Amino acid sequence: MFAQIAFSWDWEYARRIFPIIAEGLLQTVVATLLGISIGMVLGLVLALLRRSRFRVIRWPTIAFIEFVRSTPLLVQLFFIFFVFPGFGLVLSPFVTLVVGLGIHYATYTSESYRAGIENVEHGQWEASTALNLSPATTWTRIVLPQAIPTVIPALGNYLVAMFKDAPLGFAVAAGGILLAAQAEASRSFQPIEPYTIMGALFLAVSIPAAFFVRYLERRYGYERV
Amino acid sequence: MATSESDGRRDMVRLEKINLAFGENHVLKDLDLSVAPTEKVVIIGPSGSGKTTILRVIMTLNRPDSGCVIIDGRHLYHEERDGQLVPAREKHIRDVRTDISMVFQHFNLFPHLTALENLTLAPMKVLGLSREEASERGLELLRRVGLGDKADQYPGQLSGGQKQRVAIARALAMRPKVMLFDEPTSALDPELVGEVLAVIRDIALEGKTTMMLVTHEMGFAREAADRVLMFDSGRIIEEGTPEQVLKDPVHERTRAFLRAVLSH
Repeated sequence: MFAQIAFSWDWEYARRIFPIIAEGLLQTVVATLLGISIGMVLGLVLALLRRSRFRVIRWPTIAFIEFVRSTPLLVQLFFIFFVFPGFGLVLSPFVTLVVGLGIHYATYTSESYRAGIENVEHGQWEASTALNLSPATTWTRIVLPQAIPTVIPALGNYLVAMFKDAPLGFAVAAGGILLAAQAEASRSFQPIEPYTIMGALFLAVSIPAAFFVRYLERRYGYERV
Repeated sequence: MATSESDGRRDMVRLEKINLAFGENHVLKDLDLSVAPTEKVVIIGPSGSGKTTILRVIMTLNRPDSGCVIIDGRHLYHEERDGQLVPAREKHIRDVRTDISMVFQHFNLFPHLTALENLTLAPMKVLGLSREEASERGLELLRRVGLGDKADQYPGQLSGGQKQRVAIARALAMRPKVMLFDEPTSALDPELVGEVLAVIRDIALEGKTTMMLVTHEMGFAREAADRVLMFDSGRIIEEGTPEQVLKDPVHERTRAFLRAVLSH
């Protein structure tokens, strides 16, 4: 079996398509980095809105989070790409992917932020009141600086998970590694080389990323003294 | 509504008919209490009697169901609008609250900030001091509580007694008129209690600050307090000089409580 694969592997062809697939990978990485940026910022906003004193803010936020979390990303991408234009919002395939990843993962990161915020000791809020700190100062100088480090390992995990979800952009023809590999495979009728290169490139990014997350967990995973 | 200057002398802290219930548990019942400027009041009583809640109501950590708190002549929870006392907005509460600070049983230092940063944050953000002014004030206070060499240490690197001394310095950095101490030595190992009481005694002897302490340290109450309040079931059941209340209590509940505390 090994010999069979070796037999059908065309090094010349592989060398030629490698840059094309690598460029697809770059697009996937860029989409992921933009997506996680949205996911981290929007997630924090959702976590804060969810804690609002006002029900008219809190309830729609919870409903939105639950709705997004309980529908698949693939379906959301189709929705953004094909339904949003009906409301006058036309997004390119790439932007659709970035926005879809960002919103989808924001609902996950918001839960992590929420846990991080709730883990800040009640006494920290009371000390802030006793020192007469404003709510804004209490959030930015006391609560979030303690909450966010505890959330960083979870954010790292979502980064890796999002990278692995990013090829779903294929469904709306967003550029990326899967689209690049598939295009080559269907052009040449030689699928082994492009898809093997794709898998190898995924590993080449995922494995260092996993080590990076492991590092983050060691660095922030337990309480600093 | 009674004015706060009924006897010609302004009380620093005045509670009028304070009620507070947590569900079925009526913690404070029609509580009246006046504390004179620079007076040192020690509040004693069994746990669950509501004595800590008095401090928390003054610090706005628990809002009373009814009644008034007046700090140095200004209503804390009410403000005057069109000649009428109405529930205060947060801005008014924050304004009055600058006169008050509190030291907690569990210190509640900010663990991500150094000792000095713990002391400088609020003076900079709330009082508008410059970084230099706040640092100068902070270092002076750290020296005063005997921790001048710990300015750059994080709370996690300090002992319990040192943490509480930083917390006291942090409260002092706001230059409050009223300092509240909620069982400041209860969470400490016995050998660390003395250093914290020494710092509190030092503030008491300086005599500028009105102090209200909830504590089980009867020796400290005897030497530092102007007045001792015995609290039980949401009410003050006995009060007087330390001499009267601790040596010669009238109330049977007080006697039983003191026997229990002193036999420890």
